[in-house]
Amino acid sequence: MNWALPKRRAAAPPSNGHIIQMRAIRKVYDTGKIQVEALRGIDFEVCRGEFVAVVGPSGSGKSTLLNLLGCLDTPSGGDYLLGGEPVAGLDKDRLADVRNRRVGFVFQNFNLLPQLTALENVEMPMLFGGIGRKERRRRAVEGLEKVGLGDRIDHRPTELSGGQMQRVAIARALAMEPDILLADEPTGNLDTSSGTDVLSLLEELWNQGSTLIVVTHDTAMARRANRVIEIRDGLVVDDQRTSTARDSAASSDGTAN
Amino acid sequence: MGAMDISVITQLFAKASSLQRKRAVLTVAAIAWGTVAILMLLSFGQGLRDQLVRGKHGMGENLAVWWPGETTKVWEGLPQGRAIRPRMDDINYLRGRMPTASNVVGEITSWQTTLTWGTTTVSNRVTGVNWEFGEMRYHWPRAGGRFINTRDEAEKRRVIFLGNELAEDIFGDLEPVGETLLVNQAPYLVIGVMQRKIQMGTYKGPDEGNAVIPITTFASQFGRQQLSNIVYKVSRPEDMPQAQREFNEGLAAKFRFDPTDEAVTGVWDTARGAEIMDQSMLGMQIFLGIIGALTLLIGGIGVANIMYAVVKEKTREIGVQMALGAHRSWITWPFVLQGVAYTLLGGVFGMVIALVLVSLIALVPVEGNQALEFLGKPTLSWHIAAATALILGGVGVAAGYFPARRAASIDPAETLRYE
Ligand SMILES: Nc1ncnc2c1ncn2[C@@H]1O[C@H](COP(=O)(O)OP(=O)(O)OP(=O)(O)O)[C@@H](O)[C@H]1O
Ligand SMILES: [Mg+2]
Repeated sequence: MNWALPKRRAAAPPSNGHIIQMRAIRKVYDTGKIQVEALRGIDFEVCRGEFVAVVGPSGSGKSTLLNLLGCLDTPSGGDYLLGGEPVAGLDKDRLADVRNRRVGFVFQNFNLLPQLTALENVEMPMLFGGIGRKERRRRAVEGLEKVGLGDRIDHRPTELSGGQMQRVAIARALAMEPDILLADEPTGNLDTSSGTDVLSLLEELWNQGSTLIVVTHDTAMARRANRVIEIRDGLVVDDQRTSTARDSAASSDGTAN
Repeated sequence: MGAMDISVITQLFAKASSLQRKRAVLTVAAIAWGTVAILMLLSFGQGLRDQLVRGKHGMGENLAVWWPGETTKVWEGLPQGRAIRPRMDDINYLRGRMPTASNVVGEITSWQTTLTWGTTTVSNRVTGVNWEFGEMRYHWPRAGGRFINTRDEAEKRRVIFLGNELAEDIFGDLEPVGETLLVNQAPYLVIGVMQRKIQMGTYKGPDEGNAVIPITTFASQFGRQQLSNIVYKVSRPEDMPQAQREFNEGLAAKFRFDPTDEAVTGVWDTARGAEIMDQSMLGMQIFLGIIGALTLLIGGIGVANIMYAVVKEKTREIGVQMALGAHRSWITWPFVLQGVAYTLLGGVFGMVIALVLVSLIALVPVEGNQALEFLGKPTLSWHIAAATALILGGVGVAAGYFPARRAASIDPAETLRYE
């Protein structure tokens, strides 16, 4: 374990509301013969309560960035602090715990477990979080009601529409009350109307105080966000706050302009 | 491993095992078959071994049989090539010289002797023996009869004890005991018939064809005192070398030959033969066990194959679970448990089937069927069951472990990338 890293971090200025801090993050995929440099030095911070849209052309590194943010993968270089704590050097099970408690994932293709009901899908992260059976159930029902699926709790994914599946996935992502919700093209597989529903839901969550980072091609989504980050060839090329920024988010500074 | 880990693992295991039923049935059947194979092989091996041991002991245990011979060494000025021919009275002398032997008896045999009962006449060997011969050589009398006793020998009574086959040849289904049998025209009272027994070793022919009379009666009736052979017995196999030394020295002292002259002193030591047989039987059982274990291993590979297929099929789901915060062990343990569960389930089925088979075979009558009689009854002992359970456990853990290792090596980021 690299102890030098946390010590150096401790000397850095306090994170004053930064839920995410990335410094010179690089990611190289070694595919045997060729090395793909997916991220080439990313610097950016995200404050609590922000709604960040990540845009950019295909292959620019958006998903890679999101995987690193969610501790699904480890960077090849640079420093990453999640909630002010470095994640470098954590073993696989500790990283799993970080994913379980601090991060909620929403995928383009939903990734629900097909044999499980909506309720059981939402319960899954709480099972991994060590929450008791009854409490798990209560919170899962509550979460599904919150996304408007209180009457679909015993349905299996195949018995749900795309939009409904994505709402189950969002309820699942929120089950452990994470610090941050990460979504990779959450409306990419949905028709316009379902997409709008999901977008509205995300916006509502943001209004209730959630921190969102959403990779998207959807201009409507980008317009709702309070901040749009554009990535090209593994670098942040643009980072703009928009007029819709909430007060809480606007109050803190520290974006890498 | 904490309580939480166990709780998560059991809950995931419960969810997983309710799936995969169809494929599970086939694998469980394969394991059951393997278990039946290993159990039956070992049971038949055990039965055969028991039978051979019984057969080997049919002649008597820890015996040495000695035949007269000619010297091949010069000794105290005497030339080689002298015949050493002890007589009936030498048995008592040898008993005195052999404190280690639990008994010594002599035999005198007359080949092709006429035995007549009514109109039935057979030609058979007749052997005169000391009365102790019955216990040493396992000539147990059937109910209603007895073997030659001390008084028969002391009083040179004309009594005869028959092997069961010979008795049947002469008397058919009738009870021979109490009948009078003519031996070379002299009347003898039939005092007993030998119980059926399984016998593998023999030196004059199977005991079931014997006709035995007191050695003293033989000497006076046939006019021969020269022994055809001597049999001595020790109580423990390890006493045999000492008993042999005593025999050789005793005989050599009396007949004045070199006690190291093996042409004279050579014996058939049944204790040694038994030891060699025990080892080769153990070897056979190990061999059968290995064949059975291989059969079981094939079943285990079947289980592992199913599990590999499950892992492959569920790669994405496993990736999702990891993304949601599952520890590696929570993913792997349900697979190991599944492998063990399938294997043990198949093992239990197999053991029940084998038990039923063994019980059914035990009901089949083997009397009279030489092949079946030789094969013996398959015997399912506890140590066979325990060994099988052990192999099953090992196969099960391995069948679950390797697929589980693959599951653990799944990289969630990689898995979830493909849309
Ligand atoms: N596991 C991997 N192995 C090798 N190369 C990879 C791997 N994952 C991503 N890449 C490469 O890294 C680069 C960035 O990929 P990434 O998936 O982050 O792009 P993206 O911005 O999400 O694209 P899209 O909009 O099409 O989803 C691409 O060139 C991609 O081929
Ligand atoms: Mg992508």
